[in-house]
Amino acid sequence: MSKGLLDIESISREDIESILTRSKTFQPGPGQPFKRTAILQGRSIVNLFFEASTRTRTSFEIAARRMGAEVVSITSSGSSVSKGESLVDTLNTLGAMRPDAIVMRHAASGAPHFLSRYLPVPIVNAGDGTHEHPTQALLDALTILDRRGTLEGLRVAIIGDIAHSRVARSNIFLLSKFGAQIVLCGPATLLPPQIGQIAPGIELTTDMEQAIRGADVIMMLRVQLERQNEAAFPAAEYFSFYGLRLEHIEAAKSNVIVMHPGPINRGREIASEVADSQRSAILNQVENGIAVRMAVLERVLAQ
Amino acid sequence: MSKLVIKNGRVIDPAQNIDKVADVAIENGTVREVAANIDTAGAETFDASGLVVAPGFVDIHVHLREPGFEHSETIESGSRAAAAGGFTSICCMPNTQPVNDNATVTSYIVDRARRHAIVNVYPIGAITKDSAGEELASFASMKQAGIVAISDDGRPVMNARVVRHAMEFARALDMPLIEHCEDLHLSAGGNMHEGLVSTRLGLRGIPRSSEDVMVARDILLAELTGVRYHVAHISSRIAVEMVAFAKSRGLKVTSEATPHHFVLADTDMLPYDSNYKMKPPLRERPDVEAVTQGLINGAIDAIATDHAPHPGDEKMQEFERCPFGIIGLETALGLALEQLYHPGHVGLPHIVKLFTQNPAQILSLDRGTLRVGAPADVTIFNPDHEWTYDVSKSPSKSRNSPFDSRKFKGGPVATIVAGSIVWQLP
Repeated sequence: MSKGLLDIESISREDIESILTRSKTFQPGPGQPFKRTAILQGRSIVNLFFEASTRTRTSFEIAARRMGAEVVSITSSGSSVSKGESLVDTLNTLGAMRPDAIVMRHAASGAPHFLSRYLPVPIVNAGDGTHEHPTQALLDALTILDRRGTLEGLRVAIIGDIAHSRVARSNIFLLSKFGAQIVLCGPATLLPPQIGQIAPGIELTTDMEQAIRGADVIMMLRVQLERQNEAAFPAAEYFSFYGLRLEHIEAAKSNVIVMHPGPINRGREIASEVADSQRSAILNQVENGIAVRMAVLERVLAQ
Repeated sequence: MSKLVIKNGRVIDPAQNIDKVADVAIENGTVREVAANIDTAGAETFDASGLVVAPGFVDIHVHLREPGFEHSETIESGSRAAAAGGFTSICCMPNTQPVNDNATVTSYIVDRARRHAIVNVYPIGAITKDSAGEELASFASMKQAGIVAISDDGRPVMNARVVRHAMEFARALDMPLIEHCEDLHLSAGGNMHEGLVSTRLGLRGIPRSSEDVMVARDILLAELTGVRYHVAHISSRIAVEMVAFAKSRGLKVTSEATPHHFVLADTDMLPYDSNYKMKPPLRERPDVEAVTQGLINGAIDAIATDHAPHPGDEKMQEFERCPFGIIGLETALGLALEQLYHPGHVGLPHIVKLFTQNPAQILSLDRGTLRVGAPADVTIFNPDHEWTYDVSKSPSKSRNSPFDSRKFKGGPVATIVAGSIVWQLP
């Protein structure tokens, strides 16, 4: 099995630190354009997106190009995937074209783990089902570090559809390795009790005020109303109980950081005034996504 | 006039309370005598010194996939896998294509088995037409054609009124009703046991309660109807308690456990490997222990494999898209010895009983004993020899086993059906 980046759970704190340290060198200075390097000149990367994504795919593409790699993006519509080809056959076909790495998003949890057992090409997980989204957690950590300098001891509230969130899982594993206090909050049907045991240092609550009290970081998750059938929650009252509004910000620490993996649903899980406020780091997250993905691609391809 | 004498084995026949070193004489397909120093003049002999000689094993829960899914398994290939696992009789579930819900399909299976199977095959008929859970299947004519029980295995009957009526018919026909206990609304979309592991892996869960509520419902209906009710592949610790409770009330309730449910827990899964995907799912370690205890203390009556072949292309997919089920005929005895006998929980007669007398009794089969005059189905096994399972050599057409490359202590040595040796350890 070749080494890619499949999840945060199985990598060490040291590895994460080294990715984050390297990411910082790729961040542009204030008002500066993004740095370009030729580190990955002559290398080729296939972006394979079996599930719709604009920002993550674009972010990976830009990261690859800024380091001089060739990158081809394939999305599931219009590819052989929609013609009924199996995942293994698609990947074998691509593998035969000998890319240096595959960046993959898939709606099925564990799809990249399954493939990595059969494919010699390193795979970078760009989000698998309701499992993990490792580069999102890395860019979130970088964004927090930019403003706080450390993760240790911070109180981080993650709010929304915890049960189905790959962003939540990756952040939980990462933050826990660095000794943060994690508070998970959402409606009871979207907050399985077992998630409190997947890593040390997790507290669960269905009360948003409690989650936010004293928080250093508030991470809002996207609410997917299409999940209604799987785990019922009353959509009509969601914003009243779990939408982030200005009064919440006032109850948190004065320098609280508000984050969201995007795309945001204004008025559903986050009020516009909050999304656009000084406390919001949403656009920094997007910017840091490129720096982090440059560091990840460099690391994966250097092996 | 074919004669076979199995010499000097440890003959264990729980149905007759026999456990002694003796010879077994077989003539014309039936057991003629069990005694010391039987005269071997004019007979073939099989030296069973150091081996156990037991009645042929009976597996009351297999999927042979024929008719309809012959690329996964056939009656012939499944029967060969059975023989290699020491089974001389197997009972096949009705979820074929077409479903075995009428006498024509039953007769087809019986006929194919007669011509191609190397072990005895007993079909189980559907509870409802097309196993759709609505209209009752043609029980009486299927019984005439050869079914030994009814079940909508894999597609549990959600409508309690339909189950009640099926139980009333089953009772009148003196056939057991076997239920795959799963509330489909509670389990919908689930791919593995709902718990810490599924939460970590981001896989949708199948809660234990989806099994428990069906077992509870059915036990109540069994009391109402007086049917012989059998719980297939029991996996929940609470369901085991409920079955024990039903027995203590004197109900005709029995249950079976598969080897994977008494050996593996969800924490043993190789993440996202579909060879660990089955229904019911692998549950938690305390459930595995409760199932093991149930087999020891009698709450669970029989070991059955739920042998469920699926070809590689169906299992080589994203975990959530893969079908449920694993093959299990060849590894059942090895796993039973590993989990129940070698740790000292039970003696060999108890193991033999779980594979012979009890399952035969549940389905009223004229099998599972070496009584004089009984069909000469014999399983000869060595409780101690070391071997390694190589699924690539399986006679099954499918390879979906989580036990590939596992090292075993003890397993079958020879399988005899109606006096003929149909399989022997190579």
